Amino acid sequence: MRALDRAALILGLGFLYAPILMLAVYSFNASALVTVWGGFSTRWYGVLLADGPLLDAARVSFLVALCAAAIATILGTLAALALDRSGFFAGRRAFTGLVYAPLVMPEVITGLSLLLLFVGLGLDRGILTIVIAHATLGLGFVAVIVGARLRGLDRSLEDAASDLGAGPARVFATVTLPLIAPSLAAGFLLAFTLSLDDLVIASFVSGPGATTLPMRLYSQVRLGVNPEINAASTLLVAAVTAIVLTASWLTGRNDPV
Amino acid sequence: MARTTSPGRLTCAGLGKRFGDHAAVTDLNLDLAAGQFLCLLGPSGCGKSTLLRLIAGFETPSSGTIRLDGRDITAEPPHRRPVNMMFQSYALFPHMSVAANIAYGLNRLGRAARGERVDELLRLVRLDGFGARRPDTLSGGQRQRVALARALARSPQVLLLDEPLGALDRALREETQGELRGLQRRLGTSFIVVTHDPAEAMALADRIGVMDRGRLVQIGDAATLYERPANRFVAGLLGDVNLIEGRVLARDAAGIATVETPCGPLLAAGQVEGACVIALRPERLTVSEDPGQASSSLTGQVLDTTYLGDRVRTQVRLADGRLWRVSAPAGSKTMPAGTDVHLSYRPEAAWSMPA
Repeated sequence: MRALDRAALILGLGFLYAPILMLAVYSFNASALVTVWGGFSTRWYGVLLADGPLLDAARVSFLVALCAAAIATILGTLAALALDRSGFFAGRRAFTGLVYAPLVMPEVITGLSLLLLFVGLGLDRGILTIVIAHATLGLGFVAVIVGARLRGLDRSLEDAASDLGAGPARVFATVTLPLIAPSLAAGFLLAFTLSLDDLVIASFVSGPGATTLPMRLYSQVRLGVNPEINAASTLLVAAVTAIVLTASWLTGRNDPV
Repeated sequence: MARTTSPGRLTCAGLGKRFGDHAAVTDLNLDLAAGQFLCLLGPSGCGKSTLLRLIAGFETPSSGTIRLDGRDITAEPPHRRPVNMMFQSYALFPHMSVAANIAYGLNRLGRAARGERVDELLRLVRLDGFGARRPDTLSGGQRQRVALARALARSPQVLLLDEPLGALDRALREETQGELRGLQRRLGTSFIVVTHDPAEAMALADRIGVMDRGRLVQIGDAATLYERPANRFVAGLLGDVNLIEGRVLARDAAGIATVETPCGPLLAAGQVEGACVIALRPERLTVSEDPGQASSSLTGQVLDTTYLGDRVRTQVRLADGRLWRVSAPAGSKTMPAGTDVHLSYRPEAAWSMPA
């Protein structure tokens, strides 16, 4: 039975990670042919660093991710606070659903609807529209993470602070915010990776001159896969893995003492 | 010695708090003289913690007013009330040092004055040198003292304490009771302590207010509550009690009533007329085999005798089948089970209450 369990685990993990592992291994392939192993080399990483358009796309991606994550963190935290604090207001359940909806909404629909909105508003498509779209995507995730933290927060800490003479603003700044800070950081990092990863929504709402890294990679793949793409993808996977691990470590630290 | 405080006279008039359909506090009137130590006693869910939160300002009353030295504070938010609270969970800020916790309410003071005040408070609760520690590195008793120091820092007119000793083990609890009492005497601050432990209430307070289902049933000193309870709830809450129902037939000049009961006519003090319940503490009863010595018509049969070290408890089945307990000092003569006995008591030791 135990051997069977182990086999199932290996099969499952293999199913999930073999393609990524393959990608990483072939990014170190000396050969220019993707499917033929020509020995170990880091030459494609060198090529990558000399690829101007690709680096531009990476720069756009990081800028967009940074701005979108910042906006999502602020709005998501406000949403979580509103949901946690305002007790039972009319439409509370509906509001909760509305905040969480982007989590399960097909990205194609999110992208299309945002595109229609931007066109309707006459907003020029570019970096700004991608930032807005990605902030929308990340907001729900931040609200979920921060909301969980707020629910676990001992409310008597805030009562104690106000009992000791602190007005609402001081209570929030000196007690609430420091205690939920890890969840804010985790939410920010998650929103950041979501933005960094996204191809579908970005494709809908971007315009000329605003090409993100996933968009750039996708367009190159259509012309044929080369090991440089493998190298770029490997770096992207490594970055995302590092960020997600940090985020889960931050949310895991439940007692900030 | 801490800065002297000007204790406040707290008055609650017609105070009520409803949560939806549930009335947590109903038409509550309370007048706490400045510098008094009051215990609010009652089972969980009786509304005592809600009352504390109303006084602190965390809850808004549905009706009634709260005054402090005549000033209406009903609508004041918690951070503007000269009242501080020590929380049941202590609610120490986990991301701040002990000193920062205590200094939290002192932000109006200058840096030097604040440091001095924190040191003074640390000495007051015997935690000198603990200022730099984090709350999670302290023992339960130390945390309790930090919470107390923090609540006293602003020299409140009234200090509210929600089950302040609930999280301590028994030995520490008794020691801390004495300290709390001494502290209150020295500071002269009005204290209101919420507890569900009658022994603790009796050990701590000048006055005890008994709450039941949102109402203040009786308020008075421990002896009054124990000897002259307002009803059978109060009688049972403060200690073991024997009860018997009856009807007042007559009352003599000294106020001693003759009450018709299922066990014959009994004498009892009290003011009620008509239907009543007589309360008799086990230690106020004596058993004897000799009917000549008995002062009442109560007879019964010994069911068993238990030696409890400091006293001997005898269970007696009365003529009508009810079971009463009699407590006698250690060394008293014990009677074997099955002995027919007479119970006697002084009439003023029996208390008649409304049925």
